[in-house]
Amino acid sequence: MIRADWQRWICYLSLGSAVFLLLLPMPPALLPLRPWWPALVLLYWILEAPQYIGLGTAFVTGVSADVLAGALLGDQALRLVVIAFLAQRFRARLRFFPMPQQAATVLLLLLNDCLLRWLIRAFAGMAPPLALAWISPMVGALVWPFVFLVLDGLRARVRAREP
Amino acid sequence: MALSRDGSPGWSASTAGSTLRLAGYLLLAGALMMLDRHNAWLPRLRSSGDMIVQPMWRLAGAPAQWVEDARVRLTRQAALRNENAKLRDALLLANVRIARMRALVRQNDQLKRLLDAAEMLRMQGQLARVIDIDLDPNHGRIVINRGARQGVRVGQPVVDSHGVMGQVMEVLPDTAVVLLITDPSGALPVTDARSGVRALAYGSGHGERLDLPNLPINADVRVGDELLSSGLGGRFPSGFPVAQVTALAPDRSDSYLRAEARPLAHLDRSDHVLLLRDLAEPVGPPAPATRAGPPGALVRPAAAASAQVPSSKPGGAP
Repeated sequence: MIRADWQRWICYLSLGSAVFLLLLPMPPALLPLRPWWPALVLLYWILEAPQYIGLGTAFVTGVSADVLAGALLGDQALRLVVIAFLAQRFRARLRFFPMPQQAATVLLLLLNDCLLRWLIRAFAGMAPPLALAWISPMVGALVWPFVFLVLDGLRARVRAREP
Repeated sequence: MALSRDGSPGWSASTAGSTLRLAGYLLLAGALMMLDRHNAWLPRLRSSGDMIVQPMWRLAGAPAQWVEDARVRLTRQAALRNENAKLRDALLLANVRIARMRALVRQNDQLKRLLDAAEMLRMQGQLARVIDIDLDPNHGRIVINRGARQGVRVGQPVVDSHGVMGQVMEVLPDTAVVLLITDPSGALPVTDARSGVRALAYGSGHGERLDLPNLPINADVRVGDELLSSGLGGRFPSGFPVAQVTALAPDRSDSYLRAEARPLAHLDRSDHVLLLRDLAEPVGPPAPATRAGPPGALVRPAAAASAQVPSSKPGGAP
């Protein structure tokens, strides 16, 4: 029970820091290339510990990211929910993909997300995202193995510490 | 948070349930977006939520601050020295400029005060510049850059913003020589501003001193009194500050007081002077005629008569 709680807190904490990571200042030139951290972290937890996390968590994460970023409220929430849903749907297969293939899937998911983002902005009547923003999914796919390893290591450490 | 609790057990539900939940969340997100876009109360709610958001932003900004601090600390010393040298040059330049400005301000002040003085006395004045200071202790005189062509005439009083300086002694086409009040050959009628005692101030030949040698022993003059020009003699306007009494002592015979005074005009420092044109109303008797005494035609016979005194006396006395 305690162990489950620890893992749950690690899960929420990592999601929170992923949202926070979005706020970190970066050179303006690199800004469109920034990977969408909450999506990556969410993907990891849905693949590895689906009992803690679902569409609701994705929604709440997205809304808090929107509030923090001062962006259109519900935008990131909707996209995260979509990603979470797709990941849940294909979880059984995704889990056992080798890493390169997994990264490719992540790339597909993020590209799909980009499309969605573009649609949302079009509907909301806002300017479409920069063309450079389409590179962000590739960066996301490139850093996916590292995110995976870091979170895996974290989880393993927590698990090892508990009796 | 309630939503996340809600969502967690849903994973094990059937695909249909999951899809339904997806549709629900999508609707919710869409509704949020609509409200955010088209309604007024949601932004207001968000602005109150800034209380929480603000510290988060500050926290997120902190690393950048640290990086900046570290960069400053790690800046190469050479770069610092370079910058320092450059700044010092700039400072020097700025200081020079400031000094120049200050000189201009001072000059402006001086000119304004000169004009004020002329205004106060309802006088026509003419500004002039001191060309060359010739403060030979025995000949206190200066040269100014206005002369006959500019309408300067012999005898015009010259003042600066602090007091009387002297009077024009010699006029050249474009320059004029001014005899300062400290010149030993000059004397100036003054009155004590406090008591009204009249006196004559003679030039001492020293740059910074006037002598008042013949004051009555009981004259009401004290050290520190200001002496004004009295206007007697008609050359100088009355009531213009001249000097301040600095020392007072009975003379050797104990029948007169002897005073020393320091001219108020900055005789050796004035750059701009004012030539007074005309007295609005001449005060005191008119200027003495250039030739005092009997006309030249009569002088000679008189002299001849005096020469003949011994011979004529015996005849005239009885």
